[in-house]
Amino acid sequence: MTFREQLQAWRYNLVPDHIIGEILTKRWTDNAIPFIALVIVVASFGSAIPGFFKLYSLQESTRQLGEFSLVVTGVTVVMLGGGIDLAVGSIFALSAFSAVSMVFIFETPVWLAFAASMATGATFGAINGYLIGFLRLRAFITTLVTFIIGRALYDILVVKFGSKIQLSMVSSDTWDFIGDGTVLGLSVPVLSAILLAIVTHIALTRSRPGWHVLAVGGSRRSAHNAGIRVRLTVFMTYVFSGLCAAAAGFLIATRLSGAGPGTGHGLEILALTAAVVGGNSLGGGRGSVVKGMMGAVIVLVMTNGLIRLGYGTGTNQMVLGILLAVAVTIDIRWLKNRHKVLNEVYVAPVYLRMGEAPSAVPGSGTPYSLNSHLSSAAHIGLGEVEGPEDVILDRDDHLYCGTRHGEIVRFFAPDYTRSEVFAHIGGFPLGLAFDRDGNLITCVGAMGLYQIAPDRTVTRLSAETRRSLTSIVDDARLRDPNDLDIAPDGKVYFTDSTKRYDAHEWALDSIENRATGRLLVYDPADGSTKTLLDGYRYTNGVTMAHDNKSLFFCESWACRIHRYWLEGPKAGTAECVIRDMPGYPDNINRASDGTYWMAWLGMRTPSFDLSLRHPAMRKRMARRLPQDDWLFPNINTGGVVKFNDNGEILQTMGDLTGLAHPMVTSMREHKGELFIGGILNNRIGRFTVDGADKTWTSNDAYWGAAK
Amino acid sequence: MDIGPLSNLKNLNQERIVLIVAVLIFVTASVALPGFLSAPNLIAIVRSISVLGILALGMSVVIIGRGIDLSMVAIMAMSVAWYLQLLGNGVPDHTALLLVLAGVLAIGLLNGFLVAYADVPAIFVTLASGSFVFGYVRSQLISSDAVPVPEGHWVALLGGLRFASIPVEVYLFALLSGAMFLFLRYTKWGRYVYYAGDNPIAARNIGIPVRPMLVLRYVLAALISFVAGLLTAASLHSINTRVVNSNLLYDIVLVAVIGGIGLSGGKGGVRNVLVGAALIGIMLNAMTIIDIPLLYQNLIKSTILLFAIIVDGVLNPRDEQTAQQGDI
Repeated sequence: MTFREQLQAWRYNLVPDHIIGEILTKRWTDNAIPFIALVIVVASFGSAIPGFFKLYSLQESTRQLGEFSLVVTGVTVVMLGGGIDLAVGSIFALSAFSAVSMVFIFETPVWLAFAASMATGATFGAINGYLIGFLRLRAFITTLVTFIIGRALYDILVVKFGSKIQLSMVSSDTWDFIGDGTVLGLSVPVLSAILLAIVTHIALTRSRPGWHVLAVGGSRRSAHNAGIRVRLTVFMTYVFSGLCAAAAGFLIATRLSGAGPGTGHGLEILALTAAVVGGNSLGGGRGSVVKGMMGAVIVLVMTNGLIRLGYGTGTNQMVLGILLAVAVTIDIRWLKNRHKVLNEVYVAPVYLRMGEAPSAVPGSGTPYSLNSHLSSAAHIGLGEVEGPEDVILDRDDHLYCGTRHGEIVRFFAPDYTRSEVFAHIGGFPLGLAFDRDGNLITCVGAMGLYQIAPDRTVTRLSAETRRSLTSIVDDARLRDPNDLDIAPDGKVYFTDSTKRYDAHEWALDSIENRATGRLLVYDPADGSTKTLLDGYRYTNGVTMAHDNKSLFFCESWACRIHRYWLEGPKAGTAECVIRDMPGYPDNINRASDGTYWMAWLGMRTPSFDLSLRHPAMRKRMARRLPQDDWLFPNINTGGVVKFNDNGEILQTMGDLTGLAHPMVTSMREHKGELFIGGILNNRIGRFTVDGADKTWTSNDAYWGAAK
Repeated sequence: MDIGPLSNLKNLNQERIVLIVAVLIFVTASVALPGFLSAPNLIAIVRSISVLGILALGMSVVIIGRGIDLSMVAIMAMSVAWYLQLLGNGVPDHTALLLVLAGVLAIGLLNGFLVAYADVPAIFVTLASGSFVFGYVRSQLISSDAVPVPEGHWVALLGGLRFASIPVEVYLFALLSGAMFLFLRYTKWGRYVYYAGDNPIAARNIGIPVRPMLVLRYVLAALISFVAGLLTAASLHSINTRVVNSNLLYDIVLVAVIGGIGLSGGKGGVRNVLVGAALIGIMLNAMTIIDIPLLYQNLIKSTILLFAIIVDGVLNPRDEQTAQQGDI
């Protein structure tokens, strides 16, 4: 190995490039920018303003923050639903006025004042909600206008009743406690803001109405088509926002015991800026309460800090304007380009030097040398099936295969000219196996492990395993279940080929060549799924050894076969039994003579082997070239290989004409014949094996003769 | 069958309704309010709506192109305040004018760039830029809320200019209306404004330079704001930057929307601005004569604006097919 290659190996195998792409797929990355902004703002103002972190100063500013957070939470929910609410500024002021006038003019108890506040908020919210939700007016302009109306109303009321309120002699302990007191060192506004944030967060992420809000914001039309009452949902978001603003208004009323002309002035643009700066998307669907809270802290610390630093009139507006413009622009650009960035960085190839393989050239004399035996196979279902990745036969000799349409198709014995859809599952059914009771178990690409009973009822057995500790993207979900086999005790051993890509992106996985394949076991006794082995390059075929003490599984992109021991001294460990094959192995199944059949989905090529030693080139290729131009494993020639328990290759059969079976992904021996499937093929092959046991069936071999 | 009235009803679009309402108010006020129909009062009406109308012309070009410019009042007040401050500081007139014009152009370009090329919704861009312009000029460039016009400066003389006892801003409003009418009606780029407002994607597909034109509209609105600001300063002999926090901005939108310029773009023209401005001018004048306090006038105006928007929303429902993401 040259020094340059060694450097490449270190660079691409030790530096975890793939983590960047995986982190970018996480929704919380949206939080990163506002969070960094938050830290910077708090740190810089905290150090610039003496006494910023003093208890009293925090007490006062957090009271204000609590009230503001309430408003921002409401605005956030409206924005998540695809709207915007500027009327909060006047709702806030009006409900503060309602509370104050109830207590100081009408001398009612505090709870009634609170009720009056909330009623004000609900009424205004309902008006907004009706106009925007049901009349479908533009949210921005409509709430802007209701904001001015509310403000005009408020100005009139303050002028009329302001002096009456100031002259009132009423005092109330409850009122003063809400305004001044603390519980456990926290003031009422802070407590209520935290409480509301938690409740709203849970409601948004874990309740039906919350999901409806997010769905409506994400895509109105889809939400409508899904049966969500879009207009009502939008209406409710405005009512909620009105209530939040009203609660905040009530709190400031208790804090200031009055309502002046300045109450809630400029609040609408503050709240809007906070919600946007926190990272909530305009147009809805993306965002969270936490983002709103972060934005609230950023905006409030900044504006208060500027005032306390003594900057003159207008500085606040200037900073707010810049903040709003920058935040909105970043939001729009990020939303537009996020998937492009992701595409650029997600594929992170690793370095691999494949071992020298014995030749497979026809007539080369090695056990791997290819021929055209399979071209003489008879065909079943030519042009009727698409993508029979695996084939299997039942005790009545009927033939089953999966198709790319998500169906299990059954061909009827003996001539296999008639067929029916045995069951529809969805996904892409890949590996197949019959259990002791004649249930058909299948690995469904992108879905999981499924069982089809003889009466055609489909049951999901497993779709996830335990999440690994170091995972960034949740690897509990089975992304690409590929092949399975069943032990005598009923446990299902199966492979999940990759954690990085979906089943149909297997070509990308081969280009990246990262070892993320797994071997798993499903235990029907308790329904649990466990990961046995992890970190293989595209685990694929699985079969139980004839003595059931071990199983064989293959690692496609590394061209290796491993044996995993179930019992005996090596139980729980795997050893490599065949390495450096000239072809990419796929499914493995038992043969009648005590050996095993293995399918080759394609042949190694010197060019792709070379590219595996040049990760940078593969990264560039995946990034810059269209998919059609990618260099990936040659799948134009495959074959069927027979090997024994010792890992010795006994026989190789191929189809060099490339007409009938260029790519082979599975083969199943049944009564002296081999049934051949290919994931990209349009037929099932039927090939008579010389010297095979004409009575042998896999069902008998696994579960004993039929009763 | 008498279908005459029915077909007449169908011809009642918003512009005609508003015109009829304006005439009705005018007639009622003429009969009921003493002094309403006098020549000085009529001149006062026309004068009061001139600045508003000029601003509404700028706003309507933007709205027809499916946008909105909430920074107009800030640009209007702050550009002139800066200009007067520079003059007050002894900067030569042409230098000051060039500086301010450059600033106005820059804000117009910035608005246009963010809307056209960064795809940020106009309403956010202009809200932010308005706030920025006010804050920046107020905190960095001028020293007090109100800036007076220097004695004997041409702006002050402009305020006193009369032709046939009609103030000059009325002529300017008429002139700008005429120019805007010709631009929108008879020039290629004027027609393009309608196409781009009606369906921006289709306009782009047929090869109209949609994005540069968007920028142009915001620049135009900024320049018009500056002119309106000069006129305001001319008649008041000073500019008060607190006008940014007033309801003037909503009055502008009110004039445009109530005249029948749909907020969804592609509809309306100069005639609608004139009708809207007439209605608002007559109404404000009547309310002042009846002696309704300013606070109540605000309430009444904003309620009318709400109804205008509701009517607009019902008449020109939003087109989900051509609506943009975040176009709220």
